[in-house]
Amino acid sequence: MEKWENNRAWFLVLPVFVVVAFSAIIPLMTVVNYSVQDIFGPGQRVFVGAEWFKEVLADYRLHDALWRQFLFSGLVLLIEIPLGILIALAMPKRGWGVSASLVTLALPLLIPWNVIGTIWIVFTRPDIGLFGAVVNGLGIAFDHTARPLDAWVTLMLMEVWHWTPLVALLAYAGLRAIPEAYYQAAKIDGASAWATFRYIQLPKMRGVLTIAILLRFMDSFLIYAEPFVLTGGGPGNSTTFLSIYLVKVAVGQFDLGPAAAFSLIYFLIILLFSWLFYQALQNVGTGEKR
Amino acid sequence: MTIQKRTIGLAIYFALLLLPIYWMLNMSLRTNADILGSFALYPHDPTLTNYIKIFTDESWYSGYINSIIYVTINTVISLFTALPAAYAFSRYRFIGDKHMFFWLLTNRMAPAAVFLLPFFQLYSTFGLIDTHIAVALAHCLFNVPLAVWILEGFMSGVPREIDETAYLDGYSFPRFFITVFLPLIRAGVGVTAFFCFMFSWVELLFARTLTVTNAKPIAATMTRTVSATGLDWGLLAAAGILTIVPGALVIWFVRNHLAKGFALGRV
Repeated sequence: MEKWENNRAWFLVLPVFVVVAFSAIIPLMTVVNYSVQDIFGPGQRVFVGAEWFKEVLADYRLHDALWRQFLFSGLVLLIEIPLGILIALAMPKRGWGVSASLVTLALPLLIPWNVIGTIWIVFTRPDIGLFGAVVNGLGIAFDHTARPLDAWVTLMLMEVWHWTPLVALLAYAGLRAIPEAYYQAAKIDGASAWATFRYIQLPKMRGVLTIAILLRFMDSFLIYAEPFVLTGGGPGNSTTFLSIYLVKVAVGQFDLGPAAAFSLIYFLIILLFSWLFYQALQNVGTGEKR
Repeated sequence: MTIQKRTIGLAIYFALLLLPIYWMLNMSLRTNADILGSFALYPHDPTLTNYIKIFTDESWYSGYINSIIYVTINTVISLFTALPAAYAFSRYRFIGDKHMFFWLLTNRMAPAAVFLLPFFQLYSTFGLIDTHIAVALAHCLFNVPLAVWILEGFMSGVPREIDETAYLDGYSFPRFFITVFLPLIRAGVGVTAFFCFMFSWVELLFARTLTVTNAKPIAATMTRTVSATGLDWGLLAAAGILTIVPGALVIWFVRNHLAKGFALGRV
């Protein structure tokens, strides 16, 4: 079905453009401006060209943070997307269970991000936290403030606990949008549960899964408040993700130039990967249709 | 048999999901000395001291009021600007439409950390620092694109014949949109409002940077519980539990929309 061609539709988009541009364009230009200057103080600045970009790209701590970030986001997607789909498949389809499940699922999503970190600090403390006490009670020495692996395990648990419900909610929405007739047809053909999932449910969930994957990728790649509160980037630098390192450079050392160059590179990486995911998911869909 | 296994699995998942929240609730009902003194699976001697302190101390409860004010303003602005735009994207082809759509999405991808300083400067220039509207506008950066995205999905689920018939019947665009189209996508509006509320409520960096005292959000107030004697865990837990309440109320009101609304739209 062709859309109507009408350039006056721009008037309908204009309010959105104005509201978003107010907060987006001027700050972005300011950041670009910082990234090519050396700023000593008010009114004292020197144009340095691509110097900061070169410096940032050669920074080995940034490389480490970048790999850590890719590992983190990769694990997040690998765990949360399948788990979210499984939960959505297991959820009740009618009755009081639907409302109860939806409300329960949404609870972790509604907690401010630094409070999430606080909850998990409390929960994993060996002296006053349930998780910490139980794990230590089982004879496993667990301390996320001292051992990098424990810190990672705690962060992943927190992340999966926090965000899998979003994937489940979206996947559930996709499943509910499938007409009953599809399932009846599958039943008549004697399709197995796996075949029903693979050839009916999964393709029909493509749209919502695109949103889920993109949102989870972007937000996990930008994660800041939760690890900052829980581990502060430590022990050592083992959980210093990109945005934590960025804040260290921007606020801790007050190096505006390199920090601005850094955030532009950061932005471009996210942009590139989001675009790749978006294209890949679109193509998967058209392949199925043929 | 398989259905039972599924239900058991789901029940276990929900139990694990609620466990950290339960632990917080448990601690919020105990005094700090009690928490540090003994380990208990449930409060043996429940007390509301922590909650009473929050509700009687203005520097505490004003945080909740501030957060609710700017989140509400943000949700209203996001919905009112996103509705016409989503209609345009779902119905019309126009110059630069695809670029515009992707540009909107890119605003969710900017690392907030370094945009804080330019944001502060921009809002200072307009004299908006420490106002609710400043935080509401800043949150539009990531909420408006999401609102457009979700609403566009719901609107595309409505057949275009409805628009055509209405225009043939002599409806003007605003009258058609308000009296015919909006009721059709009511559920979608509910779901969108829920997502805007949620993302604005949980955001901390912008909210903290753009406010000093008059519009300070509760999440920032919570960093105050560190005193000379160390952290007051009980007070912190009570404040944390209270941050869940407004959101839980919102879900309660849109729960039927969440179930039905998601089913109608292709999201």
